[in-house]
Amino acid sequence: MAFVNNLLSKMAISDGHGENSPYFDGWKAYDSDPFHSVENPQGVIQMGLAENQLCFDLIQEWILKNPKASICTSEGVDEFKDTAIFQDYHGLPEFRDAIAKFMAKVRGNTVTFDPDRVVMSGGATGAHETMAFCLADPGDAFLVPTPYYPGFDRDLRWRTGVKLLPVVCESCNDFKITREALEEAYQKAVESNINVKGLLITNPSNPLGTILDRDTLQSLVDFINEKNIHLICDEIYAATVFTKPMYVSIAEILEEDKKCNRDLIHLVYSLSKDMGFPGFRIGIIYSYNDSVVNTARKMSSFGLVSTQTQRLIANMLSDDTFIDQYVSESRKRLAARHGVFTRGLMQVRVGNLQGNAGLFFWMDLRRLLKDSTVEAEMELWRVIINEVKLNVSPGSSFHCSEPGWFRVCYANMDNETMRIALRRIKKFVLQADERQVTAKKQTWHKDLKLSLSFRRCDDTILMTPRMVTPHMMSPHVVVSPHSPLASPLVRARN
Amino acid sequence: MQQMLSRKASFNSHGEDSSYFLGWKEYEKNPYHEHHNPSGIIQMGLAENQLSFDLLESWLAKNANVAHFKEDRGGSSSSLSSSLFRELALFQDYRGLPAFKKELAALMGEIRGNKVRYDPNKLVLTAGATAANETLMFCLAEPGEAFLIPTPYYPGFDRDVKWRTEVQLVPVHCSSSNQFRLTSLALEEAHKRALKQKLKVKGVLITNPTNPLGTTMSKDELNHLLDFAISKKIHIVSDEIYSGTVFDSPGFIGITQALLNHKKVRVGNDIWNRIHIVYSLSKDLGLPGFRVGMIYSENEAIISAATKMSSFGLVSSQTQFLLSNILGEKNFRKLYMKENQKRLKERHDMMVSGLKSAGISCLKSNAGLFCWVDMRHLLCSNTFEAEKELWEKIISEAKLNLSPGSSCHCSEPGWFRVCFANMSTETLSVAMQRIKAFADATCKADQISYQQALYSSQKSSLNKW
Repeated sequence: MAFVNNLLSKMAISDGHGENSPYFDGWKAYDSDPFHSVENPQGVIQMGLAENQLCFDLIQEWILKNPKASICTSEGVDEFKDTAIFQDYHGLPEFRDAIAKFMAKVRGNTVTFDPDRVVMSGGATGAHETMAFCLADPGDAFLVPTPYYPGFDRDLRWRTGVKLLPVVCESCNDFKITREALEEAYQKAVESNINVKGLLITNPSNPLGTILDRDTLQSLVDFINEKNIHLICDEIYAATVFTKPMYVSIAEILEEDKKCNRDLIHLVYSLSKDMGFPGFRIGIIYSYNDSVVNTARKMSSFGLVSTQTQRLIANMLSDDTFIDQYVSESRKRLAARHGVFTRGLMQVRVGNLQGNAGLFFWMDLRRLLKDSTVEAEMELWRVIINEVKLNVSPGSSFHCSEPGWFRVCYANMDNETMRIALRRIKKFVLQADERQVTAKKQTWHKDLKLSLSFRRCDDTILMTPRMVTPHMMSPHVVVSPHSPLASPLVRARN
Repeated sequence: MQQMLSRKASFNSHGEDSSYFLGWKEYEKNPYHEHHNPSGIIQMGLAENQLSFDLLESWLAKNANVAHFKEDRGGSSSSLSSSLFRELALFQDYRGLPAFKKELAALMGEIRGNKVRYDPNKLVLTAGATAANETLMFCLAEPGEAFLIPTPYYPGFDRDVKWRTEVQLVPVHCSSSNQFRLTSLALEEAHKRALKQKLKVKGVLITNPTNPLGTTMSKDELNHLLDFAISKKIHIVSDEIYSGTVFDSPGFIGITQALLNHKKVRVGNDIWNRIHIVYSLSKDLGLPGFRVGMIYSENEAIISAATKMSSFGLVSSQTQFLLSNILGEKNFRKLYMKENQKRLKERHDMMVSGLKSAGISCLKSNAGLFCWVDMRHLLCSNTFEAEKELWEKIISEAKLNLSPGSSCHCSEPGWFRVCFANMSTETLSVAMQRIKAFADATCKADQISYQQALYSSQKSSLNKW
């Protein structure tokens, strides 16, 4: 209704909320036909949602054993009034202490965190928006390495008016963030008269499922210091690092690099992924810049954590024995899941970027694309959703520069669903391969007929695909036709 | 470093340098405690409702199934409770828990005597009314545009409505000469003033029942406002956060009801698309720590945009679940609201009579958690400087934190907002004694200085003579 629309702000009627991205289309497909092992076994399996559902049994057990942590139990109800009244935006002191301790623990206690720098926010979503409001004016920009989490387009830009400029990372070097790519992005901004205020990284990476090595982290720190811009590090997946190499947080780099301007370094954290509590809205900003801490704290009024939740979390995270057990068990289960999927996919020659963190892996389906275009990727994706009935997220929704990559989440389902999902993928890939082979055979046949028509030969020669398709390799080698054999991509074991 | 941060971070538009918040800081340095610090500062600047926790606590004691996230589904409790915990922990749907919204809509209807029915699907949950007001501004106005707002008003609006949105607030001056009622004249004058400043007015923001006045808006005021909004084709945001605290007649008429009863407005008039209500459980139920706010609007586009924006401040699912259970019992809900209002009236009456015995009067009020107190006679001059002096004296000598009218943008010096629902009766009694002692001392001192002034002027005239 045009008249009604005139009544609203541009912000309200724009697409800035980002929900028209294909990232969310898949969710909509899932919502309209959700898989259920009993009630809807043919439904769409949700593999587009990065949730950690693997360790609820441990949490539940703790809840039952610790009634005092809840203000609704007879053991805890004495605290109800004080908890319900408390609206100080500093947060409950025990909450901040517990968060600081937990953050250190997850980083192997190589660094400590100051509870006075812990600032609450409405999830990491609120944290990112607040950081943008604190560090940048409308029209300013942050650099973000691609591929990146689609939610950033909304969180950093929508209500703030801030821009996001991609730092293009490529598969040929495992999507590492190179100095060249950073400089290129920065120069492009300068040439367009855009004021770059900072660099936003996610480490461990979403969607890649990898961690940044020490050298890369140091080079990023060098870069931002040279350009005098901020570094926002989203470490939301810090506790999901399930195998070597060891995780290095920006906090560690800061401890070692005394030349770094600490006022430029800011962390965003949350318990939505590490603990699996997205519903509780526990977002954290941790800044080494006093002014940012002060301002972000004032802005936290727009998204404080419910004190009921602060109290529960403070109790839970302070239980050292439990938390040690939880983090260790969570890592084991994530590793196991990751292993089952990646090995299963290797059996059908589908590779993925070798990763050791996150709740997903970055799957390589480039060889199934008709051609190396976003349209082909979208076409493949629609087939995966509508026919294979899996909601995976297409790389283009993460602003990946190369078509054919998909993020596949695996920690948000039970074992049985996981097995079904794997079966579906494998079946689909095998069929797709057969179709490709048939198509190639037909093309070859057509070419052969044409060439044979010029010869007087016996045209009953039997040709099998194995003999003629130059790109067909042994079924045990995971290599896609678009990547060089030397690619460090995961290979199948023979 | 200042230029390394945004403009929003560098200036004072967060509003925390207001005396409203400075008084809180003074209190925090020396907080009153009946036993541990009986000469500390009594906090009367915080509009909290602490009167009815016992009712909530006894409900919780009787309903232990809410503990451990159990739901009354029957069957083995531990396996059910585990799946419920998991569902809640994962529930981040910005449309909110349907059961919770259903109870909230019902509560809102009951507060209005069921003369209005609210649709849960038109409710958007937000992290407190703070987030609700900001979100509405983001949806209704461009940076630099303006909302009119009757004075005096809640100091927090300067932050919530203006800070990150860059929306302007243009005061609509209300005066004590007509009990600070909102008039058409005042609205028109403010609108003209905005135009002169080249500000585009997108709407009017009212709080009803009003903060800091503690009054409910009358039918006439609401009709004037509606006529104004209709003729100017602008929005009305009605913050009805205190709607459940109306403890005396006249009863509460919310904006929805006013519109339904408006003689000239037919159903389907476009004004329905421009009315938006803000509500919260922070005042009526006294649960500010739980951060439960909401927006209600008939405008689908607003609901859609605001829902998406609520991602920046959703209500914890754990809290949604707890409250949907507490509010889910209709009888308890009604009992709570009735008892709460009774206790508020008692407190209000206690404060009014305590002030009266100190020779201090208040604006006649029937709602809210505070009184709007007239201390103009204690000012040494009719200026805001004198009001500030008086306020500082009240903090340092009477050891009371009250909110000076200037922090609420009142156009007349000498008025103070004094809260009565955030302390025990004993503490309120101590506060009243202190006010009386202070007022008596001030009057005596005034008398003395008046006498001295008289004496010295007599002396000087004698000398001349």
